[in-house]
Amino acid sequence: MQVTTILFSSLVKKYLMAVTGLIGVGFVAGHLLGNLQVYSLLGGADAFNAYAYKLHHLPYGLLWIVRIVLLATVAVHVWMAVLLTIENKRARPEGYADNSTVQATYASKTMRWSGVILLAFIIFHIAHYTTRSVPGMKYNETIEKVPLMKEGKPVMQSGEVVMTFDAYTMVVQGFSNLPVSIFYIVAMGLLCLHLTHGVSSMFQSVGLRNHSWQKRLDKIALVYGWGIFLGFISIPISILTGVVS
Amino acid sequence: MKLDSKIPSGPIQDKWSNHKFSSKLVNPANKRKYNVIVVGSGLAGGAAAATLGELGYNVRCFCYQDSPRRAHSIAAQGGINAAKNYQNDGDSVYRLFYDTVKGGDFRAREANVHRLAEVSNSIIDQCVAQGVPFAREYGGTLDNRSFGGAQVSRTFYARGQTGQQLLLGAYSALSRQIATGQVKMYNRHEMLDVVVEDGRAVGITTRNMVTGDVESWAADAVLLATGGYSNVYFLSTNAAGCNVTAAYRAYKKGAGFANPCYTQIHPTCIPVHGDQQSKLTLMSESLRNDGRVWVPKKAEDVGKDPNSIPEEDRDYYLERKYPSFGNLAPRDISSRSAKEACDDGRGVGPKVGDQRNGVYLDFRDSINRLGKDKIAERYGNLFDMYERITAENAYERPMRIFPALHYTMGGLWVDYNLQTTIPGLFALGECNFSDHGGNRLGASALMQGLADGYFVIPYTLGNYLGNIPVGEAGKHNPDSPAFRASKEMVKAHNDRLLHIKGKRTARSFHKELGHIMWEYAGMARNAAGLQKAIGMISQLRAEFWSDVFVPGSEAELNNELERAARVADFLEFGELLCRDALDRDESCGGHFREEHQTADGEAVRDDENFCNVSVWEHKGDKEAPVKHIEPLEFDNVKLTVRSYK
Amino acid sequence: MNLKLKVWRQPSQEAAGKFEIYDIESVSEDSSFLEMLDILNERLLEKGEGPVHFDHDCREGICGMCSLTIDGIPHGPERATTACQLHMRHFKDGDTITIEPWRAKPFPVVKDLVVDRTAFERIIQSGGYVSVNTGAAPDGNAIPIPKKDADFAMDAAACIGCGACVAACPNASAMLFTSAKASQLNTLPQGRPEKDRRTLAMVSTMDAEGFGNCTNYGECEAVCPKEIKLDMIAKLNRDFAVASVKNLFGKAG
Repeated sequence: MQVTTILFSSLVKKYLMAVTGLIGVGFVAGHLLGNLQVYSLLGGADAFNAYAYKLHHLPYGLLWIVRIVLLATVAVHVWMAVLLTIENKRARPEGYADNSTVQATYASKTMRWSGVILLAFIIFHIAHYTTRSVPGMKYNETIEKVPLMKEGKPVMQSGEVVMTFDAYTMVVQGFSNLPVSIFYIVAMGLLCLHLTHGVSSMFQSVGLRNHSWQKRLDKIALVYGWGIFLGFISIPISILTGVVS
Repeated sequence: MKLDSKIPSGPIQDKWSNHKFSSKLVNPANKRKYNVIVVGSGLAGGAAAATLGELGYNVRCFCYQDSPRRAHSIAAQGGINAAKNYQNDGDSVYRLFYDTVKGGDFRAREANVHRLAEVSNSIIDQCVAQGVPFAREYGGTLDNRSFGGAQVSRTFYARGQTGQQLLLGAYSALSRQIATGQVKMYNRHEMLDVVVEDGRAVGITTRNMVTGDVESWAADAVLLATGGYSNVYFLSTNAAGCNVTAAYRAYKKGAGFANPCYTQIHPTCIPVHGDQQSKLTLMSESLRNDGRVWVPKKAEDVGKDPNSIPEEDRDYYLERKYPSFGNLAPRDISSRSAKEACDDGRGVGPKVGDQRNGVYLDFRDSINRLGKDKIAERYGNLFDMYERITAENAYERPMRIFPALHYTMGGLWVDYNLQTTIPGLFALGECNFSDHGGNRLGASALMQGLADGYFVIPYTLGNYLGNIPVGEAGKHNPDSPAFRASKEMVKAHNDRLLHIKGKRTARSFHKELGHIMWEYAGMARNAAGLQKAIGMISQLRAEFWSDVFVPGSEAELNNELERAARVADFLEFGELLCRDALDRDESCGGHFREEHQTADGEAVRDDENFCNVSVWEHKGDKEAPVKHIEPLEFDNVKLTVRSYK
Repeated sequence: MNLKLKVWRQPSQEAAGKFEIYDIESVSEDSSFLEMLDILNERLLEKGEGPVHFDHDCREGICGMCSLTIDGIPHGPERATTACQLHMRHFKDGDTITIEPWRAKPFPVVKDLVVDRTAFERIIQSGGYVSVNTGAAPDGNAIPIPKKDADFAMDAAACIGCGACVAACPNASAMLFTSAKASQLNTLPQGRPEKDRRTLAMVSTMDAEGFGNCTNYGECEAVCPKEIKLDMIAKLNRDFAVASVKNLFGKAG
């Protein structure tokens, strides 16, 4: 059979959705673990800033490789979602008067909307904390650099104190803004919803699920989704309530 | 009409082999020059169309459903017989042959039945190779069960859906041929006439059920595999669309119709619930292995809660009348006994009309003996089905059952080659009369349909086509006068139906016909009743043609036009069935004449006068049909009296 | 019982359709849903009106011909039940029932509630068979098949091809049908020699017919009258991935 026929088949779209989803699932877990270092119990300001410094100084341009892979992942995930949406709409030009469903979950039925809002959030989030280019929140201009700390002492290089961007203060300032925090919390809620369907679904898509594993995977997905949700939203809540400052 | 059965000479074991060897062959390179039409896509038609396509003939296959895989063969539950003797329990081709001839009450043709038993084994092999998921043992070999009172376990099955699985197998083979273009499939097409030219069948006339187009199709041979005629009784276990039209119109074109009075009644169906019912549902006969059949002894108890009726007031009539077979008495006997009990005013369940038509099938004793779990394991799906339809829980309350029309052994007369009395017109499966005699054994219908389609017709059709010179193959002109006349006739017939514009629906006529048939030509028949029925049917027919209402037009999907045309044929065919039943002045198999029974109500055959096939020839709409006889000879199985005492 | 029916009426494929409201009285609770429609049609005919066309045949839940979306759910509210086996006792006196045809681009409406499902035929024709000619089969017991595999194949083969899965899927995907048909044959040793070929062909035909994409809602499984499981879809996903890779290297069977 023609390779192109296979490449454009409905199942390849499904595989791409699943594989990019899996990368995303891994990424949010890693991201959460890094973020949790804002808590003094897990490190606090110095550790958080050191972590940020380390990410920015990975060898061999790894940071950019990771960034490009992640951007490509998002791009493919979104592109497939758009294609699927268009094709699926086309497959039912005349809808039902009564749109009842039997067992489809709320999460599965809202993937499209949770996805669109998440995409908007991702763009904002990158502009907010990565490129720091949101008007009124240009942290590069407002936050002063701090010494890079290791085991309580400043790190010295060629006799000079190594300075680094104060990501910790940026996070605290960023989440002290109530509308930003609310958007963040809502987005994390949608991410949770997106994951509760997505995590189990990607195993189905690549054919690694059966009836008994479906039940287990659905539970794993639920636990994972909630874990991610609670982990991420704890940070703005802690900042707004003054637990982290 | 000349009836030549063309039974090959020689010992019964060699007839089929000899016949195959002496049959003409069509050169592989020439096969594509021959056109064959197959009408019907069930087990017989689907298997034939696929196999003929594989051989290289140009095949056109027609069915009225939206897909060939929906033919009513799909509804068969129990299984398919074959003489594999995988169970080492003494089965053999000869024993299957013997059982089938005897089970048919000595009214089938020995040579055909032996051939059926011979090819039965190849059917199983073929179906396994197609991917039919037959039940298996843990060791990976095929499982068998005993069915319908057979002494050996020769029935192969796929859960309770054997017919469906075999049909899907044939359908997959057919689909493969459709993909290659060797078979052209015409769904939602109804055959409305056979075209006969110079004494040979050369094509058919169909109506495209979606567009209403009436079209002509020419071919070198026409195969009818259009099923049985149980729906002449309106309520039967057949699909709503099953009809006699194709076979009946072939009969009107000169094909002899054999033994229309041989109908089979199945004893374990769910009773009629009321006058809005459209069909009857069958439950597997296996239920009788553990259920006890009874009715109240006293007519005043029939409305009571069955659990409140004490043991001494129950009449376990099968156990009483047939102590050795009891609840497992054969289909015809147990059906008739149920009717007797209901006619006696002791039937149970809701009153439909002025009578309660139902008897209890009670699992109380089996549940007490084996436990509810065991019964659920054996019959859980049937109990669920029963509850879905009746809303009654058969674990707690006895099931209600009643006999229903299920299968018709009669059909178009065919010779050993499955050719009807019209050269070039063949009939396969339930559509023909040949293999089951007066009564069909359980799990034999699937066997016959597939035998005819896969393993018989490819040889016998080759023999017919081999006699047509290659130069004349595929030369019939679908625009010739014979085709045009047929087309005009079909159009005029439909036109007439559309223009009566009467007051009654076609369904109401069908229902009324069904009542007449069931009352006078059902489980038990007598001369006076049959004569009365013939009069009533002819009167009903006259009313139909003056008062039926068919809305809409010819040129659209028009269910009512389809229905009216089928009912019109049933209204004629029902009369033919009654005539045959009246003429066959004996009781045999599914045909029970009350005048011919022993003091205990057993059927009495008249081998002196009726050891033969009655073949009816149509003589025009105004004339009575003429009966011809094919004598039956039993050289291998001795004529004996069936007894289940 | 008395009911109000909201029924889709469409004279032909090309014509526009709309809902008609019918009141229907004294329907027996023991009637099946299709018998209730029979009664409606008899009453329409008595008034000289055209009946509502709907597909049906065996009326015992096996032929797969009936195809009604009842109150938004293909085959209606009862699990594992075709419309012909659905009984009116599951509705309440005075209910309004909405009856629509299967809705999917590859299933165009022919008339009223009748749709054209021949797209399914073409999926089967592209590979839903074992290429074995009549007479070429070895003995039925020549290849032992583990009971587990035979049972799984039977689970898949129970599909009646009604199309409820497509009708129920928010994307109008035909994956449950296609996967059941492919999985039956892909599981059995008889079907293995052409497993890859079959898998690739059936999926590409399914796509070409214009069905939507499966996104794992699971609605198909919920409405399937024969309770075909999503496992079949997972298996097809897997078989297709393997077949695609093998195809890339020219090794597809």
